[in-house]
Amino acid sequence: MTNTKRMKEDILRMSGVNPRKCMKCGKCSGTCPNYDEMEYHPHQFVSMVEEGRLEPLLASKSLYTCLSCMACIERCPRGVEPAKLIEAVRLLKERQKDGNHLTANDIPARIDDDMPQQAIVTAFRKYTK
Amino acid sequence: MKVSYYPGCTLRNKAKDLDFYARECAKVLGFELEEVEDWQCCGGAFTSSSDEIATKLSSVRALKAAKEAGQPLVTVCSACHNVIKRTNAAMKDPAFAAKVNAYMKQDKDFTEDYNGETEVCHYLEYLRDKVGFDEVAKKVVNPLTGRKIAAYYGCLLLRPGKVMAMDDPENPVILEDFIRALGAEPVVYPARNECCGGYMAIENADAAKKRSLSVSESAANHGAAELVTACPLCRYNLVKSGSELPVLYFTELLAEALGVKEANA
Amino acid sequence: MQRIGVFVCHCGTNIAGTVNVEAVSDALRKEPGVVFSTNYQYMCSQAGQDIIKNAIAEYKLTGIVVCSCSPRMHEATFRKTAASAGINPYMVEIANIREQCSWVHKDTLTGTEKAIILGRAAIAKVNLNAPLTPGQTPVTKRALVIGGGIAGIQTALDIADAGFPVDIVEKKPTIGGKMAQLDKTFPTLDCAACILTPKMVDVAQNEKIRIFSYSEVTEVHGFVGNFDVTIKKKARYVREDICTGCGACTEKCPQKKIPNEFNLGMDTRRAIYIPFAQAVPKVATIDPDHCNMLKNGKCGVCSKVCTAGAIDYNAKDEFLTEKYGAIVVATGFNPIPMDKFDEFAYSQSKDVITSLEFERLMNAAGPTGGKLLRPSDGEHPHTLVFVQCVGSRCEACAEKGKEYCSKICCMYTAKHAMLTRDKYPDTEVYVFYIDVRTPGKNFDEFYRRAVEEYGVHYIKGMVGKVSPEGNKLKVQASDLIENRQIHIDADLVVLAAAIEPDKSARPLATMLTASMDTNDFFTEAHPKLRPVESPTAGVFLSGACQGPKDIPETVAQAGAAASKVIGLLCKDQLTGNPCVAHPDEMMCSGCSNCEKVCPYGAITYVDKEFRMPDRTTKVRRVAQVNEAVCQGCGCCTVACMSGAMDLKGFKNEQIFAEVDAICR
Repeated sequence: MTNTKRMKEDILRMSGVNPRKCMKCGKCSGTCPNYDEMEYHPHQFVSMVEEGRLEPLLASKSLYTCLSCMACIERCPRGVEPAKLIEAVRLLKERQKDGNHLTANDIPARIDDDMPQQAIVTAFRKYTK
Repeated sequence: MKVSYYPGCTLRNKAKDLDFYARECAKVLGFELEEVEDWQCCGGAFTSSSDEIATKLSSVRALKAAKEAGQPLVTVCSACHNVIKRTNAAMKDPAFAAKVNAYMKQDKDFTEDYNGETEVCHYLEYLRDKVGFDEVAKKVVNPLTGRKIAAYYGCLLLRPGKVMAMDDPENPVILEDFIRALGAEPVVYPARNECCGGYMAIENADAAKKRSLSVSESAANHGAAELVTACPLCRYNLVKSGSELPVLYFTELLAEALGVKEANA
Repeated sequence: MQRIGVFVCHCGTNIAGTVNVEAVSDALRKEPGVVFSTNYQYMCSQAGQDIIKNAIAEYKLTGIVVCSCSPRMHEATFRKTAASAGINPYMVEIANIREQCSWVHKDTLTGTEKAIILGRAAIAKVNLNAPLTPGQTPVTKRALVIGGGIAGIQTALDIADAGFPVDIVEKKPTIGGKMAQLDKTFPTLDCAACILTPKMVDVAQNEKIRIFSYSEVTEVHGFVGNFDVTIKKKARYVREDICTGCGACTEKCPQKKIPNEFNLGMDTRRAIYIPFAQAVPKVATIDPDHCNMLKNGKCGVCSKVCTAGAIDYNAKDEFLTEKYGAIVVATGFNPIPMDKFDEFAYSQSKDVITSLEFERLMNAAGPTGGKLLRPSDGEHPHTLVFVQCVGSRCEACAEKGKEYCSKICCMYTAKHAMLTRDKYPDTEVYVFYIDVRTPGKNFDEFYRRAVEEYGVHYIKGMVGKVSPEGNKLKVQASDLIENRQIHIDADLVVLAAAIEPDKSARPLATMLTASMDTNDFFTEAHPKLRPVESPTAGVFLSGACQGPKDIPETVAQAGAAASKVIGLLCKDQLTGNPCVAHPDEMMCSGCSNCEKVCPYGAITYVDKEFRMPDRTTKVRRVAQVNEAVCQGCGCCTVACMSGAMDLKGFKNEQIFAEVDAICR
């Protein structure tokens, strides 16, 4: 099995998402609040995972711009749940060697006195393995 | 009536008001929040991946403690609630629960498997379903008459709708009904269930600010003078974005109406 | 002992591709009772049937086994063949070696083995078959059409045209249905009222047609050719026979603020009302929920102004029972409610409307007199956004929305967009679509005109969120072709809501024992070959109650349903199915189990005198089967504890013989 094929299987297993359910309506990307910050948009994640085009996704900053707001999950007419797929691709990246996107040393410069703990633990959960 | 209570990290530090007034108001409303012993951080975010086991354990321990106490598990923070409710739903899947329970067996005080038996309840749900907003209204001593308050749900209270099952994820009413019970006028606006920017505040503060501003502007456009939320991160983002509207925790609002705030001034 | 002939069909390569037909006919030749066995390329062909006929004569056959396709396909064919050669048609058995064998097996060894086993079972059964003669029942030469929309109207007119009396039962105060609410119709843009209202008048004036408006079917008994139907005529508090439809009462009634359902709540009506100017029957109806006189006895204005004296506050619901030979279901559709799709802000803004509401806004008889004005402030909208597929094409387990394509939305949205641009060239019109589906005659040409001649902006992508801000509707959507998120400040958003069967269809299906699919559309007897008949004999389907349909298709189906009804009503007698339940009265214990499980109400109990061995008589309660009603489903034979109930043609001993033959 090729590496790409294995990675795709991992992503589908981890996310529980079946990208073949997608009817390519684009509602996920139509509803995404952080669309402008993304290089690859939710509907592209679904399509690219299905087509096995994983390298561009794994190399993209878009992995870290999904807000996990779940609007795409809620509003998808086909129940595809794109955010879960994005999360699985990100986890795949983070589980690789040196895959962490955030380190403890990054934190002090990025927070202020009012920043709730919730933001920091969430960022660590999202950006590190 | 006693319920198990999971406050979460933020409520112990940056969101002490959210926690304090929740406890004080519960006393007035006739129920007691019994804090789960030795609770651990929920992690702030539910990781949806089916092979993420370790990140769920802290939530499962709190759920299990509530099961053993025979009480529902009440949370106040939207994030903790989202993580714990979704973890609980995941634990109803026998294959997933088997893996988690295998880990849990390493705990010193392990007694029996946990399979999602506990009822997870947001403080607001508890008010609506167990206490009743009618009863809350009866206990109001300082009605918030004339105040136009916009409920900000954000993402975590409502989504995913099938699991959270708190309200209609596109047309929720629970916070509006709550605001009405306190004598104020709820303001419905389209951004109430859109994202504040969340943890993007750490990665890209400007992007988060843009999100939050669009929320508060939408609320202001619809005539709101205040915003109310259940989430410390939503509140942080809204305040930092330079929102013109004051942002309150729902428990603060409750405390004000019940006379708890002035008693503790 | 029977003399059985076995005829194995190749069905081209359909069967012979995976079954060794030669081996099958050889093996079956050795079965008990078989005196002749052969195989042929197409047994259903004339040549194949001749083989059967010749064998019957030559070998003096008394029973026939055809190893071929499903009995649903050709059982009737072979029964006719047998009958024409002088054998009782119920002496023919089909062994299904195609659908149940060759099509599901890949290798010839297993295929052949199974074909032999299936043939053996059929032979075992034929050995115990007895000739059966179907009974005859008379036909009531009158039809009932349930629903008075364009489907019901067309069906009724066509049946009446053939000379048979028809009754239309319509639950609303007027016939006309959804089509009466439409403005223009695609793809020719003729006015809906202009083509519908003459038909409504035809119905009213046709001597063969009676209209029971403001009425509902409450009970159905009987069977094909002989239905007894109870119709509830709801009290309208106005005497239909006296009311002249002058409308004086509807102008004077002091209760003015009632949402007008004909205009989908976009304006108001009085408590006494005539739904629209061309209503049929054109008589007033009092809405008892809002009439002061009916609620608390204070008012009486309508009675005072009615010069005809038609008002009757003491009216009561009336029930009448009528006999019909055939029933046509034409219950139609409704748009689904939009409250679960509030990302489109339907409940937050009056300027987010459904397509049916848009029809009323464009209609000269609508709430704005045909001017396209925003419901919120009466201003002229400049930017319009149409959203397709709202609630259609959702995943099967979705809690909101429907799995199917609603079929009519692409075309009516193109129509709306085109009409808007035609009437108001100062507008910008956007249509968000997933696919544009226009497979009707002149349909795609129509859609292309919207784009090419009228400059409608078709954008491939879906709207994700509509936010009412100020007097604008901020539309956020994806533009998949340009790979961008698009933001439009719209003045009016129109949602193409999925359509669903009318809520009255489900209880009606129960009354008719007519089957429905999971979406509550009525199921047809065969999806391709019997599309206007329900599997329940004597029940026919017309229009959108069977599936989403536009007007041309509905009218075509309405005519087809009518022709099926006419075919039925032309007959003086109906030949029944002789494979019906038959109780052995001596064994019947009178337990009533069979009566309880019978889905058709075919079983009743009677007290009957029996002569005992000691010459005394004893009255015993025993089951009786109405053979005309029994559909031969066999539920009763299973429920019967004493083994008294048997199905002719499928007797317990025949079934056991088949099982034994298979297990041998």
